[in-house]
Amino acid sequence: MELKSELKKCIEAAVSNSEVTILDPREDGMHLEAIVVSDIFENMTLIQRHRLVMKAVEQYFNKQLHALSLKTFTKNQFEESNHE
Amino acid sequence: MNETLKKIEEDINSNKVILFMKGNKLMPQCGFSARVVHILDQLNVDYETRDVLSDESLREKIKEYSNWPTLPQLYVNKEFIGGCDIVSELYQTGELQKIIGC
Repeated sequence: MELKSELKKCIEAAVSNSEVTILDPREDGMHLEAIVVSDIFENMTLIQRHRLVMKAVEQYFNKQLHALSLKTFTKNQFEESNHE
Repeated sequence: MNETLKKIEEDINSNKVILFMKGNKLMPQCGFSARVVHILDQLNVDYETRDVLSDESLREKIKEYSNWPTLPQLYVNKEFIGGCDIVSELYQTGELQKIIGC
């Protein structure tokens, strides 16, 4: 399976009720970006959110993944960020 | 405890702000490390750096120590803050300035 869809699956499995988008802004397949939207992030600090997601994809860092830039939102935060 | 882990702990305990990165302040060897250096420079704060590219054991052990798979890694007051994304976001919201106390 392609790395992007594998990552998406892993993150969705780890973060309940999440919408996950994986981007490849440099188009190199190694420096990817994940946008994760879920209400489970409510009341979590940034580091707690990132740890949860990073834990899910940790195994890929020893393979082809070099960096995963991460943006985490609750559903409300995500809507607000789209209106800015 | 492993020698490298001991050294990491000592460094974190004895430096208020310390960045584990690729390269050094003057010549970061990775865009993500460069961004965190740039932010710390903006804050006009004293900070130490350690170059993981010149020490393979450090490069592996810091990930283990922080339980975090990528570099750079920023520590403030002995606490792991995060990598490039978190530092950038905390800087933009002004929280990083509060954490560092400047």
